[in-house]
Amino acid sequence: MVDFAGWDMPVQYRSILEEHKAVRTRCGLFDVSHMGEADVKGPEALKFLQHLVTNDCSKLFPGRVLYTVMCYPHGGVVDDLLVYMRGEGDYLLCINAGNIAKDITWMQEQAKGFNCTVVDRSPDYAQLAVQGPTAAALVQTLTRTNLADLKYYHFTNGEVAGVPCIISRTGYTGEDGVELYCASADGVRLAEAVVAAGGPFGLELTGLGARDSLRLEAGFPLYGHEITELITPITAGLGWVVKFDKGPFIGSDVLKAEKEKGSAKKIVFFKTGDRRIVRAETPVLNAAGEAVGRVVSGTLSPIINEAIGSALVEAAVVKDSLAVDIRGTLLKLHLVKPPFVPLKKN
Amino acid sequence: MSNIPADLKYAKSHEWLKMAADGTALVGITDYAQNSLGDITFVQVPKVGTALRAGETFGVVESVKAASDVYAPVAGTVLEVNKALDANPEKVNQSPYEEGWMLKLKLTNPADAFALLGAEDYGKLTA
Repeated sequence: MVDFAGWDMPVQYRSILEEHKAVRTRCGLFDVSHMGEADVKGPEALKFLQHLVTNDCSKLFPGRVLYTVMCYPHGGVVDDLLVYMRGEGDYLLCINAGNIAKDITWMQEQAKGFNCTVVDRSPDYAQLAVQGPTAAALVQTLTRTNLADLKYYHFTNGEVAGVPCIISRTGYTGEDGVELYCASADGVRLAEAVVAAGGPFGLELTGLGARDSLRLEAGFPLYGHEITELITPITAGLGWVVKFDKGPFIGSDVLKAEKEKGSAKKIVFFKTGDRRIVRAETPVLNAAGEAVGRVVSGTLSPIINEAIGSALVEAAVVKDSLAVDIRGTLLKLHLVKPPFVPLKKN
Repeated sequence: MSNIPADLKYAKSHEWLKMAADGTALVGITDYAQNSLGDITFVQVPKVGTALRAGETFGVVESVKAASDVYAPVAGTVLEVNKALDANPEKVNQSPYEEGWMLKLKLTNPADAFALLGAEDYGKLTA
């Protein structure tokens, strides 16, 4: 167990590697109740969100989910988040646990002048993620909602094991699956029902360790690593969530200039062909042995059985021969475009 | 509750030593150590012929969570290393006292083994 943003959370239940493999081949249950939630409501909720985040929320309709980031005026990232449109002027945001206080303060500050409210709902929700190729079939045994009709990045209200939930076809593993938001008081009952039904589907309890290695293998950013207050979404390779044609938003001038001029630094993903884990903060070296960047995430991929990771490097060096020194052994970095493994989304 | 075989000797730094009658010994890490580290992904051992001082770092055991130094429980010369761990470091998790052995040492002074902890004292240390 570790302290994670004030929550006492399991890094692993049994084995990070086994839990990881279970999610790629069967399914895993993650307790992600630590994640934060916020309501954005009011006649100008959409107008506010368009100002706040980089992606285009006008593309949303009730039942649709959008992945985005929100930036500071200097382009650094406040947080990455999911935006759920429940109805006209009624949105739910899912934000990172470690950023709840900062995000709520930031959003409430930015909402001044818009006819809408931002309310922290984090204590009200428990959240469970059921992820993996058999996840939907498992949850289907507990709900009347037809999950075959619920496409990737869509959600609906329903009951799972008699517990009222937001059923969201989303996740942070690169696999098919659902994320279930329910009232905090119902969280344990819902988790017990999923576990009780999980046997035939090969369900494994999965912790923070597997959550991190799965997201890295899928090439998803983690706040504090690939995106931070000092790393913009353009630098992080998240240009696809930055929509300049929707009109100005916080940070748009700076991000547009970066996109046009090219980034000084880039987040790259790598594998090494070796099992030694290349951990965060390891210097990235050029052929002359000079530091040209640093690793921001690193783990062992249990699927390809070699070290994988991401690094923030000077943009000029991405075509050079890059290496890291692991306890005296020089390991070459092979840059790859993630995901590191083929993913089978719904 | 971790497994602590009665016939082995233990270092406070969580290595075990299994003495043979010929003055050689196998060295590995304890069940408690492998359990604390979690999934072991890489084991780095010294070259055969390396002379180790008691307490000297002889290699690294790396898990998903962290890389940890491992220490020679006694002084000796490396006679053999467990090559099987290159491809299957998880053997340290699965079988820490048998298939997961790391080194075969020729002890500089076999009597040094008596200064190590017995199973009971090591059990108290890790309770």
